[in-house]
Amino acid sequence: MKLWKTILAAAVLALAAGSQAFAARTDLVIGITLEPPHLDPTAGAAAAIDEVLYANVFEGLTRIGPNGEVLPDLAESWAISDDGKVYTFKLHTGVKFHDGTDFDASDVKFSLDRARADNSVNAQKALFAAIDTVDVVDPATVKVTLKNPQGSFLYNMGWGDAVIVAPESADTNKEKPIGTGPFKFQSWAKGSSITLVKSDTYWGAPVSLDKAEFRIVPDAAAAVPALLSGDIQAFPFFDPDSVAQVKDDPRFKVVIGSTEGETILAINNKKQPFDKLEVRQAIAFALDRKAIIDGASAGLGVPIGSHMSPASKAYVDLTGLYPHNVDKAKELLKQAGFENGFKATLKLPPPSYARLGGEIIASQLRDVGIDLEIIPVEWAQWLDQVFTKKDYDLTIVSHTEPNDIDIYSRKDYYFNYDNPAFDKIIAELNLTSDDAKRNTLLGEAQKILADDAVVGFLYELPKVGVWDAKLQGLWENAPIQANDLTKVKWTD
Amino acid sequence: MTAYLLKRLAIAIATLILASMVVFAVLEILPGDPARLMLGLNASAEQVELLRNQMGLNAPLVLRYLHWVGGLLSLDFGRSYTYSVPVIDLVRERMAVSLPLALIALALSTIIAIPVGLYSASRRGRAGDTIAMGAAQLGVAVPNFWFALMLIYLFAVWLRLVPAGGFPGWGAGVWPALKSLLLPAVALALPQAAILARVARSALIEVLNEDYIRTARAKGLPYRAVLWRHALRNAMIPVLTILGLQFAFLLAGTIIIENVFYLPGLGRLVFQAITQRDLVVVESIVMLLVVAVIAVNLVVDVSYAIVDPRLRGRQ
Repeated sequence: MKLWKTILAAAVLALAAGSQAFAARTDLVIGITLEPPHLDPTAGAAAAIDEVLYANVFEGLTRIGPNGEVLPDLAESWAISDDGKVYTFKLHTGVKFHDGTDFDASDVKFSLDRARADNSVNAQKALFAAIDTVDVVDPATVKVTLKNPQGSFLYNMGWGDAVIVAPESADTNKEKPIGTGPFKFQSWAKGSSITLVKSDTYWGAPVSLDKAEFRIVPDAAAAVPALLSGDIQAFPFFDPDSVAQVKDDPRFKVVIGSTEGETILAINNKKQPFDKLEVRQAIAFALDRKAIIDGASAGLGVPIGSHMSPASKAYVDLTGLYPHNVDKAKELLKQAGFENGFKATLKLPPPSYARLGGEIIASQLRDVGIDLEIIPVEWAQWLDQVFTKKDYDLTIVSHTEPNDIDIYSRKDYYFNYDNPAFDKIIAELNLTSDDAKRNTLLGEAQKILADDAVVGFLYELPKVGVWDAKLQGLWENAPIQANDLTKVKWTD
Repeated sequence: MTAYLLKRLAIAIATLILASMVVFAVLEILPGDPARLMLGLNASAEQVELLRNQMGLNAPLVLRYLHWVGGLLSLDFGRSYTYSVPVIDLVRERMAVSLPLALIALALSTIIAIPVGLYSASRRGRAGDTIAMGAAQLGVAVPNFWFALMLIYLFAVWLRLVPAGGFPGWGAGVWPALKSLLLPAVALALPQAAILARVARSALIEVLNEDYIRTARAKGLPYRAVLWRHALRNAMIPVLTILGLQFAFLLAGTIIIENVFYLPGLGRLVFQAITQRDLVVVESIVMLLVVAVIAVNLVVDVSYAIVDPRLRGRQ
């Protein structure tokens, strides 16, 4: 009898424990490859900063949604004057920063003025270049006057670099970020992990997760066992080459989406012989995009024919303009006076898409008579030699900033490309806010770049995410580099 | 002994001064601008210049060198460009991982290597010796990261006894922290143990051929006692030399293992700092390591004198 009682008690206890386990989890460990250098999105270009903090800890007037759309954030709504120069933002009320101070229009003015000040080291200062004045109308209304109409202004305000910070905490955000988001910063074990916890004072819809830890796993070989052992439950940016190891495992979901990373074979347009259109066209004909995608990105990634993400509404498919054609390439080289080909260098930064892609491209160009010497460089060297000093012939890099076709109109940019017709379109684009008109202009811009074969357009970098099959709400695509956890929850 | 140590100390200081110059000069020659790295592709040249000024990168070379060395002397290692916190804090955090890891690995390697070396030496040429030395050969040949991955799959993925990687910090408790250092320590220790065992074996074999061993045996001392009391002590000098080298390596040379187990150790900090051109961090840590290596060598020298009384009287 006594034995029965014990067994019964044990069973009840086990049942109780079991039902406990059925309650959905509220904690999550996310693996990221690079550690942020600091935690202030307004003071650095490193994508890792936004990957931890964007939409989670910090919020802007607007924000970018999962598919690249502009959504209201701290600004509940806005009105645009007829001349397109005055934006009046109506702000949410009752919003508090994580340190308990109130958010109001003066914080917006402070943040925008700080970002565009002369001594500002905001990495995307150009986002704020069009702003003339920022005025506080009342605590819940702020008026931004532009020097000229700017079509992308609301989008620009959604960048991580344009988030709203408080004057009380702006200077210490690098170490202890204070924002208005649904998660607040808890701790940062340098080199190891960053932990966020749910904010109890959040103004918007409460989040499902109580705790989110971003753990830094630099090595792709370590990511797989970390997933398999359950230590880490999600890698939103996973190494494409390691996908094969987890793709058939029902415990995990492998999600392949798009990014804003146009991967290109950049060409120094002012350097001989690349100043000749025929030579650049010959390179375009010599490239076999499929072979490059297979070899450099495990077959994942969408071919591009110009500088625009295929996920964008403005995208025009120009991949058919220069199909892979070795004879055509040779003929063009002959026309340009390089019947016997020539020698050039190819500088490759560290990412595997560049190092692997570089070898394939070198062999493809060798087939048409262009003999490339491969020079591997570190990022620091790449920035110094290629990007700043323009001391290069060819290089491979992915331009991950969203909607960045205007880089081809920048004076002194490392492509050394100069086309007044293209510049005119970009200038017009900057003044246009009508979406349909913008898309037409963007289409024309894409066509000019493709016609001029400014660079070798390769493919859009894929976003490969792997996470626990019970996890919901992580972004499929990466319209900006972020890990928005506001809609993430466990299902059972 | 005192004169000997003083001389060693003078040499150590000269080495440090020379090392500081070399370290500083080499990093200055390295191409790459930390300000550009921080601001990325979209920042203008003027903005990069502004940040360079704020970071003090535009001051003359000699001035910056003197400033840095002056800081080192007053134990102020400067501030990291990227993390913008004092370098000393970064080092302290990383040492909390690297130092225990190095010590555990060193202890493991000694515990494994010395008995194996003794066993092999005493059964020289027989099956046991061949097997042990074959295993040691394998231990030297197998890359430690591969070995680490096998350990992870066995103990973390399959048996789920330990985490696959990461470090919870000592704040999470001694046992969880130790648990996460176990596999990396084993992965680090085995190749080191293999080398150490081979060195111990050959040193012991040499000693076992000495006359005094025969004398000891002849006066009736049991073989085991001869081995432990006479042979091992005399074979310690080459073993200590290797141990000293291994400890210096384990402190900073564990970058691969730190990556496989994503441990926030010193090696990874240096590596990250180099790629981000966080020059202050690289310079200061390299100097600290130079100090550490010199200190370890000094300790080894002193321990020679302890194991071998004959060295005590020498200059």
